[in-house]
Amino acid sequence: MESLVLQPTAHTPSVSLNSTTGVCEFKGRSTPENSVEYYDPIYKWIDAYVLNSNSKTVVNVQFEYFNTSSSKCILDVLKKFVKLHNAGKEVKINWFYEAEDDDMKEAGEDYSDILKIPFEIQSID
Amino acid sequence: MIDYLSIYEKMHDNNIMLTFKGEVTFDLINSMLKIIESRLDMIEGDLKTRKKVYNVLVECLQNLVHHIDTIDPGEDASPYLSKTALLMITTSSDGYHVVTGNYILNDKIDKLKDWLDEINSVSPEELRELYKQILNNEKFSEKGTAGLGFIDIARKSGQKLVYTFQPVNDRYSFFSFQITIPKNYLIAQSK
Repeated sequence: MESLVLQPTAHTPSVSLNSTTGVCEFKGRSTPENSVEYYDPIYKWIDAYVLNSNSKTVVNVQFEYFNTSSSKCILDVLKKFVKLHNAGKEVKINWFYEAEDDDMKEAGEDYSDILKIPFEIQSID
Repeated sequence: MIDYLSIYEKMHDNNIMLTFKGEVTFDLINSMLKIIESRLDMIEGDLKTRKKVYNVLVECLQNLVHHIDTIDPGEDASPYLSKTALLMITTSSDGYHVVTGNYILNDKIDKLKDWLDEINSVSPEELRELYKQILNNEKFSEKGTAGLGFIDIARKSGQKLVYTFQPVNDRYSFFSFQITIPKNYLIAQSK
């Protein structure tokens, strides 16, 4: 299975989904014009990955900003990894936020509350 | 000739960082966000405040793009142009103020008013629960919006949403919306 790599733009994050290592990363900003359209290939990739996944998957999320319509897409992305977890695979989500950014920390807590899977919220300097 | 000096002075005295009136497009939004981001980097030392202003602005602009009601040029709405909106960002000693203005169909007012009043009436904790509930349960609207914009604006600013509806004609009104992001967020929060 091919990896999915999306380069960042002023309003979309950098995305790197690697089926060989099982490491999936989202980093930067997410304020696209149409979030559903933007996240669609990402959904498709994860759906395919779930069928033939690594024994261990690590999801690293480090957003600088995201808009509310992306917030829904981000939840849908993370929910797909919950499916993997529920199927008995090892899945961990790491939510990174800039040390002073309480809002991004709070956003991580909101997702963690909803998802109920191993979810670590970590500050970065 | 129009007295441009007086316009300039008024804008200066009101500490207007950016003002725009016209058709709001995605490209235009990105340009405005870029301008405001670089201005904020220069004038606002606090990262938290900078991010809050940017975030609130993103949601306000998204609201404008998705919820503007177009006035047909043929309709009795002149001299108003269709699909245009107003955006103004100002600063004062107590914070940053984002103001938007756009036309709305009269029959949509009650629903919007109820929603804004509901957001204004609940505690920060209840607001957070409401956000999580909508995030987790509600479907996207046909416009691809999540219904979370105003909640997010209220959460990030920690302030009440200020708004008015001014009647234009029997079909349309003008919806003005204002939100303040306090400059020293921690002090405002502890009040």
